[in-house]
Amino acid sequence: MKSHTLSVLVENRAGVLSRVAGMFSRRGFNIESLAVGPCEEPNMSRVTIVVNGDDGVVEQVMKQTNKLIDVIKVSDLTKRESVERELALIKVAAESGPARAEILQIADIFRAQVVDVGSKTLVLQVTGDTEKIDALEKLLRPYGIKELVRTGKIALLRGAKTVKSSK
Amino acid sequence: MKTGAKTLIEALQREGVDTIFGYPGGVVLPIYDELYDSSIRHILVRHEQAAAHAADGYARASGRVGVCLATSGPGACNLVTGIATAYMDSIPVVALTGQVPTGLLGNDAFQESDITGITMPVTKHNYLVKDAADLDRVVQEAFYIARTGRPGPVLVDIPKDVSTGVVQEGRPVPETVSLRGYQPTYQGHVRQIDRALDLIAGAERPLVYAGGGVVLSEASAELLEFVETAAVPVTTTLMGLGAVPGDHPLNLGMLGMHGTQSANYAVTECDLLIAVGVRFDDRVTGKIETFAPNAAVIHIDIDPAEIGKNKAVDVPIVGDVKAVLQALLRRMQKRGDTANWVARTNAWKAQYPLRYRDDDRLRPQYVVEQLSDLLKGEGIIVSEVGQNQMWTALYYCFKKPRTWITSGGLGTMGYGFPAAIGAHYARPDVPVVDVAGDGSIQMNIQELGTVAQYDIPVKIVILNNMYLGMVRQWQELFYDRRYSYTELPSVDFVKIANAYGVEGLRVDEKAGVREALETALATDGPFVLDFRVEREENVFPMVPAGAAINEMIGVRQR
Ligand SMILES: Cc1ncc(C[n+]2csc(CCOP(=O)(O)OP(=O)(O)O)c2C)c(N)n1
Ligand SMILES: [Mg+2]
Repeated sequence: MKSHTLSVLVENRAGVLSRVAGMFSRRGFNIESLAVGPCEEPNMSRVTIVVNGDDGVVEQVMKQTNKLIDVIKVSDLTKRESVERELALIKVAAESGPARAEILQIADIFRAQVVDVGSKTLVLQVTGDTEKIDALEKLLRPYGIKELVRTGKIALLRGAKTVKSSK
Repeated sequence: MKTGAKTLIEALQREGVDTIFGYPGGVVLPIYDELYDSSIRHILVRHEQAAAHAADGYARASGRVGVCLATSGPGACNLVTGIATAYMDSIPVVALTGQVPTGLLGNDAFQESDITGITMPVTKHNYLVKDAADLDRVVQEAFYIARTGRPGPVLVDIPKDVSTGVVQEGRPVPETVSLRGYQPTYQGHVRQIDRALDLIAGAERPLVYAGGGVVLSEASAELLEFVETAAVPVTTTLMGLGAVPGDHPLNLGMLGMHGTQSANYAVTECDLLIAVGVRFDDRVTGKIETFAPNAAVIHIDIDPAEIGKNKAVDVPIVGDVKAVLQALLRRMQKRGDTANWVARTNAWKAQYPLRYRDDDRLRPQYVVEQLSDLLKGEGIIVSEVGQNQMWTALYYCFKKPRTWITSGGLGTMGYGFPAAIGAHYARPDVPVVDVAGDGSIQMNIQELGTVAQYDIPVKIVILNNMYLGMVRQWQELFYDRRYSYTELPSVDFVKIANAYGVEGLRVDEKAGVREALETALATDGPFVLDFRVEREENVFPMVPAGAAINEMIGVRQR
């Protein structure tokens, strides 16, 4: 069992996301994360889905996704060189002096930005791959994480190669 | 300027629609008003489920897209079982539903239901039309999607203000449909075809396992030529019956849970399985690990997602069955030496024919045999679901494709009678018979009203065992004969038929079977035959759930 990052190019139409998500749940495929938004083509969106499964399962996932009429192209980025990023906002308790300083130091090491400063909390914004965000979260936990939100993973192929509508 | 409703009807006419099965209601009033003096024939059913099944039966009998129409909310919801039935068997149907006006969508308006949401898992695609100007395109796409690639049902939901809305007249309609997200593969890959031919040339014990895809692809002639040229025995699934003549010397009959011994033994012993338009359903394979355990597998299917889904495949060929078989025939240079194998399968056929106790009792298998003998493969046989379905599959000799219409994938009781109505409109030239169970027929028995109103000459042959027989059989075999809620009281089906103005006959004796069938077939209009058969007859052979398919019960053991 392994995580696969799928890049799915879809028609930008009402209901597309529920078609994709519904098919996944109906067929028992587990979505670890999902991110969707507009892309370089005006009438298309790009959905990045992280799924967990052995190769056979992922092959079925891709074939079943491809069958949806509103899906234009599906690629598995896991097998290819790609950049993958997530973004997280973390609201961490930072009341006393030393804790606050330590948190700022940790943020600095992770190149996280402080996007909100309150008298009792700081909100950090961090981008990176999943492992980096997990690591930051772990380090901040002892200080007290009040709230945390992560986007799903987004990804692109490295170099000149693209995931375009070739079909 | 013209209305959306008129635009819709014209778009349907452009698709060649001659018949719609439907049921009216509030939000489809504008569409019904257009139908009133349209050239399209509308058949008023008595329940929307029947409209969906009739459209499906029409499609299966003709190979063309079937069309049904229902109002919003309850009407649309009543279509769902029929749509799901068509979806499971890959049948091209376009379901049209009315919807509340766009301004009320999402408001829990009167008779609003999210039918595109509800049917998403059971349609190939669906549409909610929000602008009358889109109707031409959507209808064209819906028919295109329904009938091409792996066929399937498509639903088009039309809000009332869209059908009353105005569309400019004379707008050009695109000649062809092009959808960038939908491009089925029709031609098989040449390299895979040649790899398949290598396996075929080297095989000693090859077997063709053919299914509904052969019928959908109109590839019966090619399949027959292939099995004869390559001298390969063939077994068909429930959905594939009729793709090869039932009495062809190379045909081993149906395989699977209620398959013949020869077919199931052949699967188990073959060294090459050539799977054509099939999906390795669990009712066919039994325990998948022991299905064709010694065979290399070639799988031909238009849907790439079916290949490798249930069973690992050595040579996958994605493409239209007809085109791929033609390519195989064109490129075939050598065939394997299969003489010994063919002789072996023939010996099984001779040694293990289908058998039932042919005494003086009225047994259901006898009724089907007599029907087969009378129609000689010339009629269209529709079935309900249960023992009646399996006896018909086993004891009726199908000679041509599209003469056998049954709900295979979903197994929908109540399917047969309305599907038979649809089949009649597709093929008014041939007799249409629904072989029914007493349970199933009561799931859509109200359609007697439809056949009476339009004088539709469908014959209903009820194999009346006063049980939900197939369930009772499982209870007998696997639940210690505890017949929990499977007994049905006697119903006077003749009286019910008569009340609707339909003729009927009850038959209690074996001696009366043939004459009764002849009477029904000779009658111009609809006819109901109530055969009081042996109540606890079982369907054999049978593979218990989860067993290997060569481990059959109710047979002479090897
Ligand atoms: C709509 C629906 N409900 C329940 C079932 C489960 N089921 C399968 S066969 C069967 C019994 C069918 O009885 P009948 O129509 O009398 O046919 P028989 O088996 O007696 O020939 C039942 C209840 C089903 N297939 N479809
Ligand atoms: Mg019964």
